[in-house]
This record gives sequence, C-alpha cells and structure tokens, in this order.
Amino acid sequence: MGGFFVGAAQRIIKGTTLYYVWVVFLLVMIAMGIGAYVKQMQLGLIVTGMTSYVSWGFYIGNFTFLVGVAAAAVLLIIPAYLYDFGPIKDIVIIGEALAVSALLMCLMFVTADLGRPDRAWHLIPGLGILNLPRSMLGWDIVVLNGYLFLNLFIPGYILYKAYNEKPANMRFILPFILLSIPWAVSIHTTTAFIYNGLAARPFWNASILAPRFLASAFCSGPALIILIFQLVRHYTKFHVKNEALFKIAEMIAIAMAINLFLLGAEFFKELYSDTHHLSPLEYLYVGLQGKGRLVPWIWTAFTFNVIAFVIFLIPHTRKNFVTLNIGCVLIIIGIWIEKGMGLIIPGFIPATLGEVWEYAPTPIEIMVSIGIWSIGALTLTIILKVLIPIELGEFTRAKRATT
Amino acid sequence: MSKIKMEKSSRISESEDSGTRCPSTKNPANKELMDRRMFFQGAAGVLATMMVGSCSWQEFFQNNFRRMTKEELEQTVQRLKAEYRQKYGKDFVVGTEGPIDATLFGYALDLQRCIGCRRCVYACVEENNQSRDPQIQYIRVLRFKDGEMDLEHSTIYYDPEEVPEKGYYYMPVQCQHCANPPCTKVCPVQATWTEPDGIVVVDYNWCIGCRYCMAACPYMGRWFNFAEPVIPADKVNVNTHYLGNRPRMRNVVEKCTFCIQRVRKGRYPACVEVCPVGARKFGNLLDPESEISKIIQTKRVFRLKSELNTQPKFYYFFSI
Repeated sequence: MGGFFVGAAQRIIKGTTLYYVWVVFLLVMIAMGIGAYVKQMQLGLIVTGMTSYVSWGFYIGNFTFLVGVAAAAVLLIIPAYLYDFGPIKDIVIIGEALAVSALLMCLMFVTADLGRPDRAWHLIPGLGILNLPRSMLGWDIVVLNGYLFLNLFIPGYILYKAYNEKPANMRFILPFILLSIPWAVSIHTTTAFIYNGLAARPFWNASILAPRFLASAFCSGPALIILIFQLVRHYTKFHVKNEALFKIAEMIAIAMAINLFLLGAEFFKELYSDTHHLSPLEYLYVGLQGKGRLVPWIWTAFTFNVIAFVIFLIPHTRKNFVTLNIGCVLIIIGIWIEKGMGLIIPGFIPATLGEVWEYAPTPIEIMVSIGIWSIGALTLTIILKVLIPIELGEFTRAKRATT
Repeated sequence: MSKIKMEKSSRISESEDSGTRCPSTKNPANKELMDRRMFFQGAAGVLATMMVGSCSWQEFFQNNFRRMTKEELEQTVQRLKAEYRQKYGKDFVVGTEGPIDATLFGYALDLQRCIGCRRCVYACVEENNQSRDPQIQYIRVLRFKDGEMDLEHSTIYYDPEEVPEKGYYYMPVQCQHCANPPCTKVCPVQATWTEPDGIVVVDYNWCIGCRYCMAACPYMGRWFNFAEPVIPADKVNVNTHYLGNRPRMRNVVEKCTFCIQRVRKGRYPACVEVCPVGARKFGNLLDPESEISKIIQTKRVFRLKSELNTQPKFYYFFSI
C-alpha cells in the first residue's frame, strides 16, 4: 500500500506547465481564503454581511448549491448501473470524484458559517450531543457524511481492484452502489428540509421546496459534469464518448422542464392567493419597500435557465458542442443564483417582525468562499490526477513495480 | 428618548479582540498555543486562532450545563467568576438556582396601557448585560397605526418628543417562551432547551453559533453576538445566573430569559418592574389565584402568530 502512495504522490507532483500554473493559482486563492477566514475568526462574524435580520447568507447559499452538485452524481449512477448504459458506465467514477469534492466544499461552507467551529465536537454523538431525531441540521450532518463515505468507498474499492489489476466483485459492491441512489436523494431532501421545516419563514415553508431542490440539482450538477468531462478528455487520454454527454444533456432538459414547471406552480399559488406569503417572492423578483438588491440577479438566473432549457431541448443545439457548453455555463450560473442567494436571502426578507433589511456579502465572505471553491477544485484535480491513470491501466501495482 | 436602530457596528478594533483580552492566556497550555501561532501559517494558523478564541482547555472541554455534575458545575462557576473578575474588575455572582416547584412562568402585556416609551428596552439591556457595541436589545417595540395589526406595516423607528402619539399604538415583542418552541427543536447540539419552569434558555458555552434557531424563531427572540460583546465595566450587572445574564462571548446566541436570575429568587423581571404604566404582568400560570392567571381568565387575551402553534406563554391583552 505504501507503494501506492509513493506512486500517487509522484503523479501528483509531475505535470505539464499548465498543470503547475493551475495548481499554483488554486494555492494562491486558498491562501487568500485562509487569510480572510483567520480575520473572521479573530473579529467574529461581524466581518460578514450577515445581521440579526438576515442571519444566513453567502456561505449557506453556496452550501445549498453544492449539495445539489454532490447529489447529481446519481444521474450517472442510475444509467450506468441500473440500465447498464455503457458510455456512462465508463465515466461514472469521475462523477463520484466530483461528488466527493462537492461534499468537502459543503462541509467547509457550513464550518465557515459556524460562529464557534472550535465547538464542532459538540456535534459528535457520545462526546457531544447530536440532537437527533429532532434537528434537521443534525440529520443533514449524518446524511452528508454517509454520502461522503459511500462516494469514497465505492470508487475507492473499484480503483483498488483496478490498481491490483483484478476484476471488481460486483456482488460485493453493487449493494453499496444501489444504496447510494436513495442516499443521493436523501442528502438533497434533508438539506431542503432544513429550510422547509421552519414555519417562521413562509418562503421556505412550502412543500414544493424539496422537489424543486431535486429538480434544480439534476440540472446544475450534470451541467458541471459535462464541462469537466470535456476538460478531462481534452487534457488526458481518458475517453469520453459523445453519446454519454448527449445523454446527460437530455436528462438535464427533463430536469429543467420539471424545475421550471415547479417554479410556475409556486408563482401561481403565491400570486393568485395574494397573501403576505407573497412578500419574499415580491422582494426577490420586483423588490419590496424600494429595496431589491436581488432583482437583477434573479432575472438573470431566470433568463439563463430558460435559454439553457431551450438549448437542451432542441436535439440540434444539444448535440452541438458550442451551444451545449453555452447551455451548461448558463445553467450553472442560473442555478447557482437561484439555489444560492435566491433561495436563502428572501427567506429572511421581510424579517419575522416585518422589517425589510437587505443583505450583501462582504469581501471577506467572498474571499473565504473563493478559497473553499479552490480547495474543492484542487481536491478534484488531485483525485483525477491519480484516478485517471488507474482507470487507463497506466498506474497499477505491477507497472509501479517495474518502473 | 432616543431612536433605536439595530445596526451592527463596524468599528470593532482588532486590539479589542477577545483573544488578547482572554484572562487565561496566561496559563501554559495557551501560552504554548500563542507561541505556536507565530510559527505556523495557513491552516495551522486557523486552528490556533480557534483554540485561542476558546480561551482555555477547561473552557474548550466544558460540558453541556445539563450534563455537568455538581463538582463540574462548581468548578465552572469558579472559573467564570475569575474570568469576569479579570475582565470587569468586579466580583460576580453566577447563580445556578434551579426551577421552583409547581411554577410555570407566564407573561402578559396590556396593549391598552403601553405607551411605547421603550424604558423596558433599556432596563432589559442594563439588567441582562447585553452588548452595547454592537447593540443587542431583546425587546422590540413595534408601532402600529390605529386600526391595523399588520407586522409588515409596523415600525420600530419612531422618534417623537413625547409618547404616546395620537393615532398609534405600541406592541413590545420579545421572546415569547413558547410551550412548543421551534428554536429548541432545530438546535443541532441541544444548546437551548425549556426549563421545567417554562423558561427557554441557552447554554452560551455549548452553542456552536450556527444560528439555526434564529431562522426558526417567528418572533425575533434570538440574538447573535456578531462581535465580542462590549459592556462598560461600570455598567455591568454582577448579579447573574449561569443560564441568564452572565456576560456572553462572541459568536454565540442569547435571548430573553424572563430575567431568570431574578424570577427564580421571587423577583419580577426588570421590564415588569420598570414599566411606568403597569402594562407588564408576570407570574405563575399554575397558580389560579396569580395575577397572570386572573388576566387570562377574565380579559380578552391573544397570542402573537397563534396560527403557528408555537403556544407562547406570553399573552397580549386589553385591560378595558
């Protein structure tokens, strides 16, 4: 096993100039993020834009978006293992690597949001007190860590076998793969329930929230996967078939259709019944009491999502890489706004006693967030740097011994 | 009467940071940490900052209030007293009195009488050692136009020469001490709970600062110390309770406790005592002869946002 780590380290250290530029760039961003976080630890959360009114912000928004990205790996697992769709089966392992990176970022974003990360041990059952079954945040910690385990264990096992040039025992690993499907749904559902269960916040307290979470997750995650696969096949010898990418794009079209339909259902309910529950939606889409910082953002998101939907719906544009990639970028930005700030902030506006108090992230919050995204990108880069040679059969126990 | 604005102050100087003011930085374990901080940059720096932020190993490993043995609690109280003495130069009482038998505290507020003078707001701040910079106030006095009770049309920003103003009425809102509290339900670490006498409390040393309870509370009853709380030493109230008004630290949640340090000794909460028009009533809901019980039985009472089924033990009523 020691040989594996030495070999892996050698592969991580060696690379093209472009690789070094990329890694150094990420390290600089990470250093900046850590610097900003140290400042936040020293002065308290006052350095963020969060207030007594809007007590969650940019961190929790990014967290929510990334849970969606992590959950989306299931869209590869289902066609790969349940329908035995060859082109996707070849690449599913990269989707799982993306899920691992996304989950790490999720955990870091929640930690960045914690006032007292030094007391995080209070969450460890036995040592501390994890408030189960009552707290949805408690459940979320359980399901996120469980999903992280599954996504480390399944590809870990398959890669271990590939490294040793032995076939994977499907009878052993298939139950874990099957378990990861409902588990992916559960991480997103539980995260939705964190907000959904709060009667104090009508914007979130609608049963459509969890279904919408899933629908939008199945847009943004796969869109990111399509882009990453193209990068991987451009820079490595790893082969990704076009039909795999087009199949993913087809699934995005369906997910986006459902997402837009659910948005429409939400709009109808709020607009037609025209109660005070309309206020947060009003704040988000047109502004309330002269305040509407999110209005241009949410219309950007809406426009991007609709354009992307059309692109993915029409087979001709779906199968053209220029339009396909434009669609992917539009969807990622669109969902990042909609599921990030667009979901979290209006939950707090108006505040529970009626005040309209706006929120905007501070440079420190943005720097910490860039740092976390960079750690995620670096993690994914390093995982792929080791994983792809194993998948290609270039990095195995035997080959390591001879070289 | 001055205008109250709940704005966060951005004027927090780095020298005021608690890491340096922490009394136990003198102990060897912490000294070592401080030194190490010089060497390590980056990730290690973060870790060290977190450790220094938590002052001492005893504080770091301090147990949840409800799980502490008598000895542990006594040690903790002694440590807190030493800490407060160092910080404010005064001897503190840190009480740990338990609930009184056959008592369930309830509150009633007479909307007919309240004149919106905000004396309760400031009496509460002084009694309960809230941070003066940034400001935290547990009571928010909402002003409504006559004929309306729509929260979205209310305001806390009114500033006339004299109160009450013609055409308006006032509704102070604070923690409603719900019998079905959404805030304690959501807490991932049980740092907040309802005491047997009905008071919803927070263990400030157990709170991880996730602010889920603030999202869950429909009454804005919970407040977060976004920065190190500042209380002038000559203003600090030394008669405290562990679950009540003892000085808090940054990045934890705090709230109204019905003045637990007072009411468990048979006194009234500070807001009840200071009210110049007698609009605030407090007592034991389990005693049918108490003033609070009589009010609930004989007056027209209502509870804020009763449709949420939070079941507040805080009633509003009209005396006439």
